Amino acid sequence: MPHGTPAPNLRQHDYRRTLATVSHTAATLDQTVPFPGAEAPSRQYDIDANGIRIAIHEWGDADAPPMLAVHGGFDFARTYDLFAPRLAAGGWRVVSWDQRGHGDSEHAELYSWDADMRDALAVFDHVGRGGPLPVVGHSKGGALMTQLADAQPFRFTGLVNMDGIPYKRNIPDIAEHERSKMMAKDIASWLDHRRRTSDLQRKPGTIDELAQRRGRMNPRLEVEWLRRLVTTGGFESEDGWRWKIDSSMRFGGFGPWRPEWTLMRLPGLPMPFLGILGSEMEEMGWGTPPKKVLPYMPLQGRCEVLEGVGHFVHVEQPQLVADLVLDFFGGLK
Amino acid sequence: MSVTTVRHNKIDLALHQLRAAIDETARPLLLLHGLGEHTPAEAPAWVTSWQGAIVGLDFTGHGNSTIPSGGGYTAELLLGDADAALAALVEQSPDGMITVFGRGLGAYIGLQLAGARASQVHGAIMLDGPGLAGGPTGPTSQSFFSLPPSNTTPDPYALVELGRDLRPPDYVRSFVQLAIAGSKLEEPVAVCTVFRPEWLAAVADEHGVMDVPLAEALETFA
Repeated sequence: MPHGTPAPNLRQHDYRRTLATVSHTAATLDQTVPFPGAEAPSRQYDIDANGIRIAIHEWGDADAPPMLAVHGGFDFARTYDLFAPRLAAGGWRVVSWDQRGHGDSEHAELYSWDADMRDALAVFDHVGRGGPLPVVGHSKGGALMTQLADAQPFRFTGLVNMDGIPYKRNIPDIAEHERSKMMAKDIASWLDHRRRTSDLQRKPGTIDELAQRRGRMNPRLEVEWLRRLVTTGGFESEDGWRWKIDSSMRFGGFGPWRPEWTLMRLPGLPMPFLGILGSEMEEMGWGTPPKKVLPYMPLQGRCEVLEGVGHFVHVEQPQLVADLVLDFFGGLK
Repeated sequence: MSVTTVRHNKIDLALHQLRAAIDETARPLLLLHGLGEHTPAEAPAWVTSWQGAIVGLDFTGHGNSTIPSGGGYTAELLLGDADAALAALVEQSPDGMITVFGRGLGAYIGLQLAGARASQVHGAIMLDGPGLAGGPTGPTSQSFFSLPPSNTTPDPYALVELGRDLRPPDYVRSFVQLAIAGSKLEEPVAVCTVFRPEWLAAVADEHGVMDVPLAEALETFA
């Protein structure tokens, strides 16, 4: 085929249809594990984000003013089942979406920070219709929105970043040649993984087994909550439950990006900003010491540090964090 | 010329056999094209002195390879493309190694491959070509925007995203250090470019990097 001619035969349409069927089947059966205070979204639908199917989840009155809630990496919109209803009770239409490859959204061929950002813009356009929006982001979702707020401030009335403020992690005691060895191991591991991903499936198991696995990364969260996550972020097939997240995605990796580059954007943010940090460090957290980021607060910004709370501030203390957010956005409504 | 397909995750990559080996004991030469290019129809005149097989890879979104939906390109993704080609080619190599020849963006990816798979890459040759400069070396105020879906290569998202991919010199240098640490060669990287953007100047200054004409680089790694 010469350069510049169509290549439709190489696209992956069948693959996408299969995934859509799987997730819709899981939704239809609704085996959601109940959890006190947790509520399923009031509305769920898909939008087309420039060729990628993105699943939207909404809580609250459809006519209420919208607020966006952005989930973290390896999470999904339904991780807001506890938090979003509390915001909705405060009079908001809370709109969240599954990032590409996560939850009920399409498994894309490629994943990147910029691609996530563009998918987010499709949601902003769909919900905000050109106007600015209040935005809450957790972990990676907070970091994504911090960069977007710097790049396109006209889209934000205000921003709440929940434990998604990256900070440079120094490893001062490691010599340069040891760093190279660490990097070599990371790269080889990542490439080896990439060589396997075309045939890779996530490991099946019972609800309890998947909850147990998730618990290794989220040791502070209640078992019943983790079991609920399996039934909202997983699907059941003949050999058991699997997480919906694309099996090609994994923790770690490497690249030129440095966490402090997001931190550098904070002081200049022109919209009201609220940072909510948990004081307890844990596996999926970003290891951000509160005292290190406080000097980076923007002029209209402040940071709340929740003592004795881990990375998932909105799951461990949903009402407290919702009250902080409602108070923060109350004047902007 | 024959074309085979190698799989990298959800992408089918076109691997072009441009010329069979003249000497069966010589290792393959993998050509990596520049940004917005594709593998040429035949082996370029400047590499025909190579005695082993000459093979070209179309990166994701280029030439005959899959066009992904909605972009998401990074240099590290293309490293995965090159690694998929490497996995296919080392099986055909008499010594389990290949030499990599990259133009522009392909030169950067070739360097990454030389660092990532140092024991299987017998030299990386870096030549001028599209996408050599790459993006900035640090954080920028670049914004984000979407493009309409494309059915033709090169994918516009590839042009945009790979044209602004970050290349901090210290990050790039680490691939040189990995190549030196893992290669049997004392100088496993050859910079043959006229143009030296900041990241490449840093590479050329590293111990273990040859600054030589192309013909000499080919002869050294043969």
